[in-house]
Amino acid sequence: MNVLILMVPMAIGVSFVFVVAFVWAARNGQFDDLETPSHRILYDEIDLKKGTQP
Amino acid sequence: MSAVANPTHVGEPDTPVEYFEYDDQVVRWFTLATLGWGLISFLVGLFIALQLSSWRLNFDLPWLTFGRMRPLHTNAAIFAFAGNAIFAGIYYSTQRLLKARMFSDALSRIHFWGWQLIIVAAAITLPLGYTMSKEYAELEWPIDIAITVIWVVFAVNFFGTLIRRRERHIYVAIWFYIATIITVALLHVVNSISLPVSFLKSYPVYAGVQDALIQWWYGHNAVAFFLTTPFLGLMYYFVPKAVDRPVYSYKLSIIHFWALIFIYIWAGPHHLLYTALPEWAQTLGMIFSVMLWAPSWGGMINGMLTLRGAWDRLRTDPILKMFVAALTFYGMATFEGPLLSIKAVNSLSHYTDWTIGHVHGGTLGWNGLLTFAMIYYLVPRLWNTKLYSIKLVTAHFWFGITGTGVYMISLWVAGITQGLMWRGITAEGKLMYPDFIETVTRIVPLYAVRALGGSLFIIGFLLMLYNIWMTIRGAQIAAPEKHRAHRLAKFTHIDAAVLGNKPHRILEGMPMVFSVLAVIAVVVGSVIEIIPALMVQEFNPGSKAVRPYTPLELAGRDIYVREGCYTCHSQMIRPMVAETLRYGKPTTLEETQYDRPFQWGSKRTGPDLARVGGRYPDSWHYRHMLNPRDIVPQSIMPNYPWLIKDKTDTASLQQKLKVMKTLGVPYSDDDIRFAEANAQKQAEEITARLKKDGISQASADKEIIAMIAYLQRLGHMQPTEVAAK
Repeated sequence: MNVLILMVPMAIGVSFVFVVAFVWAARNGQFDDLETPSHRILYDEIDLKKGTQP
Repeated sequence: MSAVANPTHVGEPDTPVEYFEYDDQVVRWFTLATLGWGLISFLVGLFIALQLSSWRLNFDLPWLTFGRMRPLHTNAAIFAFAGNAIFAGIYYSTQRLLKARMFSDALSRIHFWGWQLIIVAAAITLPLGYTMSKEYAELEWPIDIAITVIWVVFAVNFFGTLIRRRERHIYVAIWFYIATIITVALLHVVNSISLPVSFLKSYPVYAGVQDALIQWWYGHNAVAFFLTTPFLGLMYYFVPKAVDRPVYSYKLSIIHFWALIFIYIWAGPHHLLYTALPEWAQTLGMIFSVMLWAPSWGGMINGMLTLRGAWDRLRTDPILKMFVAALTFYGMATFEGPLLSIKAVNSLSHYTDWTIGHVHGGTLGWNGLLTFAMIYYLVPRLWNTKLYSIKLVTAHFWFGITGTGVYMISLWVAGITQGLMWRGITAEGKLMYPDFIETVTRIVPLYAVRALGGSLFIIGFLLMLYNIWMTIRGAQIAAPEKHRAHRLAKFTHIDAAVLGNKPHRILEGMPMVFSVLAVIAVVVGSVIEIIPALMVQEFNPGSKAVRPYTPLELAGRDIYVREGCYTCHSQMIRPMVAETLRYGKPTTLEETQYDRPFQWGSKRTGPDLARVGGRYPDSWHYRHMLNPRDIVPQSIMPNYPWLIKDKTDTASLQQKLKVMKTLGVPYSDDDIRFAEANAQKQAEEITARLKKDGISQASADKEIIAMIAYLQRLGHMQPTEVAAK
């Protein structure tokens, strides 16, 4: 079971990485607007020839 | 250049507009690779399903036996079919979500060709018996290194694109991809660490319970981070695109993501319930598995309700039908998974076909149908044409869900039937079905039904291949469209407000680079600190009462591993009355302390072998390996005639013992020096016993002798016991 010495830090390490990612995301304003991003992805195909845009 | 008024970019700094094209060529390649490898992995799957219902299909050929074909099927299905599908979807959606071309076309191409080469290497080495025998991680060390390299190429390409994105907000799908890339890298590297004996043979640094725990931590998370998170990311992109309306709740999708990744990583021990793994670790795994119910269903419902107000389109759009069916199977599989993780349920289901049925509900129903729907959505867009036939898609849909349903239900019935028969005890306290074979013959017809389910699924897939072929035949790929977007300002006012002008804002300004570096730091640090400790003798559980394998037993064990015996036989007796009556006392931690790799197994198509040693005479094993039906008339085990013809590889024994000693097995220098001679001596003893029992053609240098030495040792760990035998 010594392998837990390896696994527990790794699992905590991974969690820590995701905590850092989450904190960054929150501070960066990633979660400030939780409405428009879901709409925005529907309008990514801009056809310049036809001159249409989102 | 002034910014064009754009409602979605209110508050963006006034940065220049940039023009760019997406790289869809690599997406086309990955899409075609998905279809090609899909056909192969499905056909191999059908083949091994038929082998279970008719043993003759093993053809007495080493490279076609179930034990070698099953790893080929799982690896092809997971890494070739699902893998290429993930890459196709990720390359397509990432560029559009981030409004940026992939970081490097060269890396994209190295990724594509490197991955295909790895698959080819797997397809050659696995049938030849080069295997680590760790499920879904069977590939030997040179291929493992290649996988690591290609994965890093993919990671650099992906994170490079992320850094160069022109869309500040990171859409939830991208988060799922990030989790996939980081976690799969870690899982793969940690689980695959091994010490090479030769070019295609190695021993893992972990032994016994440690190897088991690491393997199932990997095994579970391979499902979690290879078959779940990337596909959820694809779902969050392609379902809204196909329905042409936003996901039901974007908030819920964010919660889904963070909840899922924080819970998933802890659920692995549910694969080792009632084994020699400590109780607290089992309970931890069970609790986290049950907790997974919530985020999984949250995500499933979120995907489903994306169709709010558009349900009528299911009548006319079979692609949407496939997406919805995929989500339904995701819901079923993620309901069943936690259920099977509850110890009481697991005591019945474990080692039976119920698990296989559960897995295929997820893989055929969720991964399969989602991939098919995604490809039907992508192909007309990538090849600038229309689908050849919508009717064929509808037919594919019905074949797909019917096939999956037949598959799942037949194996539910098979698994529960066999599980109940194994544990049946009479009023007198004896086993109701003492002959294991009774429990096998009862379910063999269901194996045929399962093969029928698989065939239906494949018929649907063949319709798809024809449909896609007719669609892209003669299609004119359009010149890449020009897209435009504002360049992203390096630091926004938000960053500045939160962080001020402190020096570490530079670091935090590169979050992805920072994440990757942090993971690498954690991994390298752990490995350097821990691995030597694992290898030192005093850190082993260290029961001196258990002796290491003799050279001949070790040679036999390597043959056992090569033939993939673990795909049908466990070596782990659980502490339950029915099991101890049938197999003997429960397996202990110490007994497997020299097992590299561990051979606990996950499925009992045949009986457990942990204590098979000494139960039958040597001659029984000789005849049984040659033709199991000479001993057990209804047996479905393949014949292994080549073990009687092929010579045992004793030349490598010195090197094998040396590597084992490095890993902490207490072999003396003399043990190593005389490894070959000792093997020879033990082989001659066994041969003499065989000849006494009337097997005159037995020859000491053949593999069967090493195999018998290993099998007779199982369950007999004490030196005294062996001497007395």
